[in-house]
Amino acid sequence: MNEIFRIMEEDARKTPQQIATMTGIPLSKVKEAIKQAERNRTILKYKAMVNWDKLGEGQVWALIEVRLVPQRDVGFDAIAERIYRFPEARSVYLMSGTYDLAVLIAGKTMQEIASFVAQKLAPLEGVQGTVTHFLLKRYKEDGEVLEGEERPKRVPIMP
Amino acid sequence: MKDTKRTKERDMISKRVKEIPPSGIRRFFDILASLEGVISLGVGEPDFVTPWHIREAGIYSLEKGYTSYTSNYGLLELREEIARYLKSRYGLDYDPQRELLITVGVSEGLDLAMRAILDPGDEIIVHEPGYVSYMPCTVLAGGVFVPVPTTIENEFKVKAEDIEKRITPKTKALLLGYPNNPTGAVMDREGLRRVAEVAQRHDLLVISDEIYERLVYGVKHTCFASLPGMKERTILLSGFSKAFAMTGWRIGYAAAREEIIEAMMKIHQYTMMCAPTMGQMAAIEALREGEAQIAEMVAEYDQRRRVMVEGFNRIGLTCFEPRGAFYTFPSIKRTGLSSEEFAERLLLEDRVAVVPGATFGECGEGYVRCCYATSLAEIEEALERMSRFVKRHRAR
Repeated sequence: MNEIFRIMEEDARKTPQQIATMTGIPLSKVKEAIKQAERNRTILKYKAMVNWDKLGEGQVWALIEVRLVPQRDVGFDAIAERIYRFPEARSVYLMSGTYDLAVLIAGKTMQEIASFVAQKLAPLEGVQGTVTHFLLKRYKEDGEVLEGEERPKRVPIMP
Repeated sequence: MKDTKRTKERDMISKRVKEIPPSGIRRFFDILASLEGVISLGVGEPDFVTPWHIREAGIYSLEKGYTSYTSNYGLLELREEIARYLKSRYGLDYDPQRELLITVGVSEGLDLAMRAILDPGDEIIVHEPGYVSYMPCTVLAGGVFVPVPTTIENEFKVKAEDIEKRITPKTKALLLGYPNNPTGAVMDREGLRRVAEVAQRHDLLVISDEIYERLVYGVKHTCFASLPGMKERTILLSGFSKAFAMTGWRIGYAAAREEIIEAMMKIHQYTMMCAPTMGQMAAIEALREGEAQIAEMVAEYDQRRRVMVEGFNRIGLTCFEPRGAFYTFPSIKRTGLSSEEFAERLLLEDRVAVVPGATFGECGEGYVRCCYATSLAEIEEALERMSRFVKRHRAR
């Protein structure tokens, strides 16, 4: 069954019929599995992966290292929630190592991100300190190489 | 010195070479070159680039200066890895020092095997449809090619009794090419066991081309040499091209008993010296760390295989379910066209390239070979185009 989702993760536009053919799983079972996955949030949503740079609308991204003071009973979860509720925070991860949260922020300009960090993130109670790393260039994202996709150069007819 | 002796009248090409008919697919290259927007199902290699860690190992070997010849047998380290692989996968014991030879792809291995064992007039029995170089290699080695047809009714598996019928006092060897190019057929263990009995009964060698051994779907590949008593009789040919998407590296190997490997090495050392060193270094990495990628590639091929087989049956080109390699072999008989006409018209009219079945032996007539080592989007588009083509060309 996981094969269904592996296919969809690669290309969400594959139809249940196509997936049924590709896997040999009956169509009704494929449809049922997808419906169920949508219901229980195994599939969170369907979206396109857009290279905004090509549209002249490149965004500024930053990875913020956040050090926290854990709180009684809730540990890092409560403060993490206060951070991930900001729509600017695109991804939030609890990390092992020298800092606690990795927060990925997207904004239109560096100033926008800087002011978010200075005004929203850093002053939060429980945030001990932040380090901001601006993203300079994307080479590969989510397994996709952004420029110059690699295809083998094959002879079209070969016995 | 002035060349006065050379005249146009004198034929300089050897009779032996002239005996080999020209390749039936050459002219498709010219047609292809003149067309745009062609989807090719005519390829014979993976559409994956060699996994990066393997390429990286090749690059590293260059950086470290591994640019010299290796032993004629190939790098011992690689032979040791292959011996370990054959042991763990098929329970076979080959001595890496004496029973393994690294070749320039299975193509060279096949040529060496033929030349090492055939005397003029010796016969070798080979199933058809089969890979295109089986016959020419036999002829070039001075042997006599004895084809055994296989049929769709038996899913293109060769029958031991059909082989046995063709055995004469001159028969020296059998050649097996399973998983099969062009049909995608695989042999089951029982079928192979019966072939083994024939080999035993008539004291024959068996050349087993198992280059597609890793590309099987829902079945287990049986290595012919692993059958009881067969290691001594078998020249096992395999390599890295298909499983690891390494066609351009040209690395294969032969495994056989010492006396045969010695004979093959004798030819190899005078004609080839050794396989490319960089490729051998990369092949070591492939065997050590490449298993995960094989599994990923096989899973993808399997999906495409289902789409293509289902598609052909849907558009009326009956297709048995191939369980190996990356080819389907649909029947085109209902169009009333020969496989060559079919391929040519399909290319010109709807711009899909396939390989005529007759290229792989007479009994391949009525079929075309379509490779599913291409993206799903292309396979689906090709099926669309072929569906239109078939509708226009229903036999009148």
